[in-house]
Amino acid sequence: MTGGRGETITTTGHAVTWRRPPLIRDRRWRWGLMAGTAVYLALAIASIEVDWSRVVDGLARGAAFVAAFAQPDFVSRWEDIVAGILESLTMTVVSTFIGILLSIPVGLGAARNVSAWPVYMFCRGMIAVSRTFQEVIIAILFVAMFGFGPLAGVVTLAFATIGFMAKLLAEDIESIDWRQVEAVRATGAGWWQLMNHAVQPQVTPRLLGLSLYRLDINFRESAVIGIVGAGGIGATLNTAIDRYEYGSAAAILLVIIAIVMVTEYASSHARRFLQ
Amino acid sequence: MPLSIATRNHQPVWRRRTTRAQWALWSAWLVGTALLVLCSKVIADNTTWSFVADAGRQAGDLIGRMLPPEWYYAGELWRPLWDTLNIATLGTGLGILIAFPIAFLAARNTSPHPALRPLALMVIVSSRSINSLIWALLLVLILGPGTLAGIIAIALRSIGFIGKLLYEAIEEIHLTPMEAVSATGASRLQLMSYGVLPQIMPAFAGISVYRWDINIREATVLGLVGAGGIGLELNASINTLAWDRVAVIFVLIFATVMVSEWVSAKVRHAII
Repeated sequence: MTGGRGETITTTGHAVTWRRPPLIRDRRWRWGLMAGTAVYLALAIASIEVDWSRVVDGLARGAAFVAAFAQPDFVSRWEDIVAGILESLTMTVVSTFIGILLSIPVGLGAARNVSAWPVYMFCRGMIAVSRTFQEVIIAILFVAMFGFGPLAGVVTLAFATIGFMAKLLAEDIESIDWRQVEAVRATGAGWWQLMNHAVQPQVTPRLLGLSLYRLDINFRESAVIGIVGAGGIGATLNTAIDRYEYGSAAAILLVIIAIVMVTEYASSHARRFLQ
Repeated sequence: MPLSIATRNHQPVWRRRTTRAQWALWSAWLVGTALLVLCSKVIADNTTWSFVADAGRQAGDLIGRMLPPEWYYAGELWRPLWDTLNIATLGTGLGILIAFPIAFLAARNTSPHPALRPLALMVIVSSRSINSLIWALLLVLILGPGTLAGIIAIALRSIGFIGKLLYEAIEEIHLTPMEAVSATGASRLQLMSYGVLPQIMPAFAGISVYRWDINIREATVLGLVGAGGIGLELNASINTLAWDRVAVIFVLIFATVMVSEWVSAKVRHAII
């Protein structure tokens, strides 16, 4: 006997037992997905090539690295760490600012309800490209263009910020309360006035919240793009790991974790304050 | 809306903010602007401007070298692409397996002991703070180059993401079904299984698929540090300055990420 929402009630003798409804209701889909998953897992796991002797060799290094976390070496590379972190932080601030500034026109252009069709396609394309490629790939291209250093990093992060912010902003604009726009339009407002008085007040709170969130992400990303030469703490970290200086590497990772914790805490507080 | 009434000639005047709020706002703007100018100055000082002046020509040169892309090279890319998909999928799976119990330890309403909660939160924050590429850098050192390092790197990064969103979902569940289940005399585990789990299942599935989509993107670059997948080919092509091959890889990455984003959107739409 089947219940209304797919709960199955089977009667065994006199007792009635209840079985929980499955996550996927259609039996064919359920079994098909399970079989497909099993076949995929078998194929995928079979295609992993592991050099076990290398792993055994590496375990000692792994142990040394874990031990280094217990005794991080902040001292011997302290100046490099401070310089790298400061560079990461400055890159974060500048790139977030530029990114947000540029994402506002792109976001407006990518909102179907307020922009013309060719502008919409162009802005959506830009967002798609920015979101598809991982920051590191973009950094490689910008390093090739602007040379090594923090500027390439700033441009990379700003570009990535545009994709992130503009998409969310566009979605936000597409779901605004249209009656307010009509009310402002009825007063004879032009397009700019419409944006300023009807659209902007509706999306600003969320925009501010997202900006703080992006600040967080940009700091985390700035720690990585240094690996390909785009400035920041990543270069220092990469060097430390390459030289097997586990103590310094652990110290850098701990500093990154601490800063992310602080910014996350601060931004969650600031977001609560803003809303 | 914060507004205050000030008086001028005994006549009330509307103001949007109190004097104090106005000063706070202005000083926030001042500090923000000063910080921005300072940071821009640091960046500008550390930049070689002659390279920047040359950037337009460099970009043109780069595009010139990328065109026409060496299309037949795509035939060699299926295996690395398969590896990339495996790194993302198996890594997400492994991450889910670890994140699931951690989320229950981290959620205020299901954590079995108050001492375990900060520990679980610590694991989540550490995992979230460190990018998968850095995890990969470390793991390549320990496990040697290859897809295994990539899978574990993706898993380690995913723990924090899935764990955080899942424990927030657990903290938002309704108490009524839990009370109903516990009224039947259910044990703690039964309470989790019948009272909590059905409520978070849709969120959990959505989060997992979303992370899988992000992981596809992340997995494309892990090869740059030796952790397998299409990034290995990308690294090799860039090192040999074979930009026409790089273009092919970019097109392939673009297509893969687009498809994964579409799949993830479809699945999330079906669940929620």
